[in-house]
Amino acid sequence: MKVLVTVKRVVDYAVKVRVKPDGSGVDLSNTKMSMNPFCEIAVEEAVRLKEAKVASEVIVASIGPSQSSEQIRTALAMGADRGIHVEVEKELPPLVISRALKSIVLKEKPSLVILGKQAIDDDCNQTGQMLAQFLDWPQGTFASKVKVVGEKLQVTREVDRGLETLELRLPAVVTCDLRLNEPRYATLPNIMKAKKKPIEKLGLKDLNCEPSYGLQTLSIFEPPKRQGGNKVESVAELIEKLRNEAKVI
Amino acid sequence: EIDPSSSQLQGSSLAAITATSQITSKIGSQENDIHLLIAGYSSDSEAVNKAKEIPQVSKIYVVPPNETSEKLFKYGVAEWLAPCIQQLHEKYKFSHIVAGASTFGKNVMPRVAAGLQVSQVSDVTGVEASDVFIRPIYAGNALSKVKCTDPVKVLTVRSTAFEKAVLKEAQQLPVEELSFTPDTNASKCVSWLSEEVSQSERPDLTSARVVISGGRGLKNAENFKILEALADKLGAAIGASRAAVDAGFCPNEMQVGQTGKAVAPELYIAVGISGAIQHLAGMKDSKVIVAINKDPDAPIFQVADYGLVADLFEAVPEMTKLLDQNAKTAVHS
Repeated sequence: MKVLVTVKRVVDYAVKVRVKPDGSGVDLSNTKMSMNPFCEIAVEEAVRLKEAKVASEVIVASIGPSQSSEQIRTALAMGADRGIHVEVEKELPPLVISRALKSIVLKEKPSLVILGKQAIDDDCNQTGQMLAQFLDWPQGTFASKVKVVGEKLQVTREVDRGLETLELRLPAVVTCDLRLNEPRYATLPNIMKAKKKPIEKLGLKDLNCEPSYGLQTLSIFEPPKRQGGNKVESVAELIEKLRNEAKVI
Repeated sequence: EIDPSSSQLQGSSLAAITATSQITSKIGSQENDIHLLIAGYSSDSEAVNKAKEIPQVSKIYVVPPNETSEKLFKYGVAEWLAPCIQQLHEKYKFSHIVAGASTFGKNVMPRVAAGLQVSQVSDVTGVEASDVFIRPIYAGNALSKVKCTDPVKVLTVRSTAFEKAVLKEAQQLPVEELSFTPDTNASKCVSWLSEEVSQSERPDLTSARVVISGGRGLKNAENFKILEALADKLGAAIGASRAAVDAGFCPNEMQVGQTGKAVAPELYIAVGISGAIQHLAGMKDSKVIVAINKDPDAPIFQVADYGLVADLFEAVPEMTKLLDQNAKTAVHS
């Protein structure tokens, strides 16, 4: 079966972003950009399915600026077979992204789409669910274990109560949680090989998708700063302060 | 959202009620009722009786279960709940559809929004107007003020940002029974198999007054026991950092952070936690933060009201012992 996996170019997880003083957004100039960590887990899972001979082909898609091709190359170096890059200039909301992905799915006809559960920039946690709705496919969100059994998929999900297992008939959408796997680092030979793998370039128009949506960002601002940094010298002082100053015990 | 094992209303839903009443108060004189949907329970169930105790609610919709649908509804399977919510919306045309930003809400609501061809606003932490909301981005390092112009606003609400609705004496409320079976491909392709839930006598992490969390500094699963003795003294819930969960010290449902649970207790004690951005995102709204870490440069100290640079293996047992002694003194005096 074919597997489609999606990747998003985001600010590297280790970077602490700065809010622009004029409230127009966060300052991304000279900021290290990387593949969204949850997308790395998605790519790893797809590649493992291929290595286990469950998947016949792994296609990686990204919707983003021209530099997103770097993240597609990373996925190809991890073991994906070919890429699809939908070039867009502006950041688009999950509703539009999932509509565009639907068009890709209808064209490529994968049996399984694997996505990260959320991107660490907008933290929306919506795209996989919206895609599943648009396709009228079942969804296994926040997956920590995925097992293909014939035409079915058993997905163990990380939920507030603990773990839950669903069985989905393929085709289906899966979104990855942290503990699904540990993504590999691409080796140099594989990075070289990835340079020869094809990346198809598309625009939103090719996917019959117009960026219309009902959300408008009015401003981006800094959260209130927490006054911390006070130290105590001993456990006894700590307990005294918690009892008599903070009055929480 | 109802806890399927206890039939209790989840705190995330009670916080969502409060957020919703803030929205309706800003709509003004128009129709501004709050209606509640409970799927998978019958009209005379404990869950529905409990829901009548929420004073802000003015009507309840109930989808009684049958053999096929009971588990699917009770465990919040999105392929069943989303079309159910959609159908209800088509009948009644709500202005807002709101759920708590629990794993339940996060799973179901984007499907609802897509079904209605509208955007969703995730993790709302503030209501500025009936169509303007505040939500955190970049793991809470920035806040975004967004205006939603869609005809229906689909929202998930972060429970730490809103007080939970306080239950009062049960009201006489109209309860409308709906029978619903989805007629979609997705709903036919999903079945609920099983769950693994760790049983705990401790208070729920997201609603506990005191939370003690352990990090990688605890070194192994066995060492989490030293937190338990302290938690017993303080009536606290126990949480964990992502590093501790990844290392297999504790199960995923204990994780506090951007990708785990958001908590905002009166007292949060971080033990052996360095304070990665994504952990801070899940606990920095706590009223009082204590950090115990032997590394004086750990970023957790920057947000801590009381930082103690110490070896946790000495400090935590000492704290437990001192609280014990103090308790005894209090009894004697």
